[in-house]
Amino acid sequence: MKFIDEYRDPKLARALVAEIAATVTRPWVLMEICGGQTHTLMRYGIDELLPPQLELVHGPGCPVCVTPLEIIDQAVAIAAMPGVTLVSYGDMLRVPGSASDLFRVKAEGGDVRIAYSPMDAVAIARQNPDRQVVFFAVGFETTAPANSMAVWQAAREGLANFSILVSHVLVPPAVRLLLGFPHNRVQGFIAPGHVCAVMGYTEYEELARDFRVPFVVGGFEPLDLLEAILMLVRQLEQGRAEVENQYVRSVTREGNTAARRRMFEVFEICDRKWRGIGEIPASGYRLRPEYAAFDAERRFHVETTRVEEPAECIAAQVLQGLAKPVDCSAFGTRCTPQTPLGAPMVSSEGACAAYYLFRRTV
Amino acid sequence: MMTCPTPLPSKDRILLGHGSGGKLSADLLRDVFLPVFRSPVLGRLDDQAILQIGAERLAFTTDSFVVKPLFFRGGDIGSLAVHGTINDLAMGGAEPLYLSAAFILEEGLSMDVLARIAESMGKAAEAAGIEIVTGDTKVVEKGKGDGVFINTTGIGRVRPGIHLSAANARPGDMVLLSGYLGDHGITILSERQDIGFDAPIESDSAALHTLVRDMLAASPAIRCMRDPTRGGLSSAINEIAALAKVGVELNEPAIPVREVVRGACELLGFDPLYVANEGKLVAIVPPESAAAVLAAMRNHPLGRESAIIGTVTEKHPAMVTMKTAFGTTRIVDMLPGDQLPRIC
Repeated sequence: MKFIDEYRDPKLARALVAEIAATVTRPWVLMEICGGQTHTLMRYGIDELLPPQLELVHGPGCPVCVTPLEIIDQAVAIAAMPGVTLVSYGDMLRVPGSASDLFRVKAEGGDVRIAYSPMDAVAIARQNPDRQVVFFAVGFETTAPANSMAVWQAAREGLANFSILVSHVLVPPAVRLLLGFPHNRVQGFIAPGHVCAVMGYTEYEELARDFRVPFVVGGFEPLDLLEAILMLVRQLEQGRAEVENQYVRSVTREGNTAARRRMFEVFEICDRKWRGIGEIPASGYRLRPEYAAFDAERRFHVETTRVEEPAECIAAQVLQGLAKPVDCSAFGTRCTPQTPLGAPMVSSEGACAAYYLFRRTV
Repeated sequence: MMTCPTPLPSKDRILLGHGSGGKLSADLLRDVFLPVFRSPVLGRLDDQAILQIGAERLAFTTDSFVVKPLFFRGGDIGSLAVHGTINDLAMGGAEPLYLSAAFILEEGLSMDVLARIAESMGKAAEAAGIEIVTGDTKVVEKGKGDGVFINTTGIGRVRPGIHLSAANARPGDMVLLSGYLGDHGITILSERQDIGFDAPIESDSAALHTLVRDMLAASPAIRCMRDPTRGGLSSAINEIAALAKVGVELNEPAIPVREVVRGACELLGFDPLYVANEGKLVAIVPPESAAAVLAAMRNHPLGRESAIIGTVTEKHPAMVTMKTAFGTTRIVDMLPGDQLPRIC
């Protein structure tokens, strides 16, 4: 595959691994923030290749994993209503809410559909004026431009039967929170490439300055990650705490300003609850008052009760990089992708599922 | 103690995932059917039953076909229904003899569509040298079916000396694959209107019995074969590993996957190991026969890109692992249900 195989070349990988090993002189704890990066690390076994002084911990960057239970319950309740078509990205369908999930709603007759783009949901609304079409707008800064575009388009067309259930979260506030914990162990971060493609990386410059930790904006292919790790290790060994960009083929310092302009026409920053972490100030998006008519939460008035997470599930620690999936007593036994106790076991980007899929003890 | 409110997976209702060929399908078989059907032949869990009837050993199998769209590049539900059942017979080492064809039609289906499907079935059967000798038709109300569902049942004859069963796999055996993975699944996905990407590729739907015949002629010692349909290569290999209580170690760089399929999988967040095939087989072959069988496969038009993709090992019984191009090892598990397109 052109433009992909170049980033999976085993020879170049070995050279980078050797370079990393030659650079490291003492132990460092690094975190890759994004679940897509976790998935690549596990799929290619990159952590096995690294020198023993380097410890990788996995960050909170899995949108499926951090979507609060209450919002999943809302989606489930809305999807079960007569006359509603709920459209979602595929991996949200299996996430357990407190009493059901979207797959079960579908099995029980609910109209739940998988889409690759929120614009598909707009098209469904256009073609089915007699149905209420709700898009489950989950994700980080990455999916926000497309989701805002869908709302903007629906507004322009006057589609009164379209709305979105918003659960957007933002990376930098979560990283700030992690860095502020007294028990934080992370000394360097691989910043999420896709998020930075939209947002640029000036926000990470503030974090690097405030906490004196290095960031490297990293891509998602094996060589991207190895190069990002090497750049981080160099900074750490040299005592630097800067933001560097490994993912130059997609990311600029300013990011995609056009996408952000549209995004902020539709969304505004708000406090958000993160599953497994809790409420983080100014860590998400909600619809601006001008677009409140497209807010599914207002349109359907679903009451959900606060639900407790399973006591045994250590998703909270895993999402904060305080524990590894294998530290969990339920891992691989009572908790599997088939019977997940917590969200990180559901999505392929969740750290627990990545470990389960690729890395049980052989 | 589990204090979890999570109801997954569904024990009280059928989910789409129960038809995915993955873990949920296996659960259904184990929990619902095997305990009450209580057949030792069924309990072998091969793709077909091998029955001793008088002096003859007959292979007997059935399969139902539900596919959307009904017509796709490289085939249609009719040819698929013929090929699929022929292949299930062939995987038992049988030469296919007769097929049945049963149709569940949805009220309002265009007669022209049905005629095209029937014609395609006739052609596929003729090309494969097999006769459709009995059948049935039922019609369900509009909205209760997806146009056409087809069931085909087949019988075939197994020659003396041929004993293919998943349980036969032994440590040291080689794993052979007959060509590119994922063509069928990605074709179907790309032709579904609700997805909207277009991949220049066609289904690999094909009858594999002549390929199997040539392979068995090269070496009757072949242990077993599977066609990696729904659930893909991963499910087929995991089933073999579980039934034979052996481990399997795949070699990722050796597994043939077309550029366009890799690209589509990349885009969708899919793994080609889990994508369906309708004209491929995987064979477990003793090491001393591997070269001869591989040569026979590559000589056949349906096996040109055949490759040795792994070995059977006594390590990690019932588990499948894969050596990556980086020299690291990862697990290749069955999926709980269908692959889900990811968020970003």
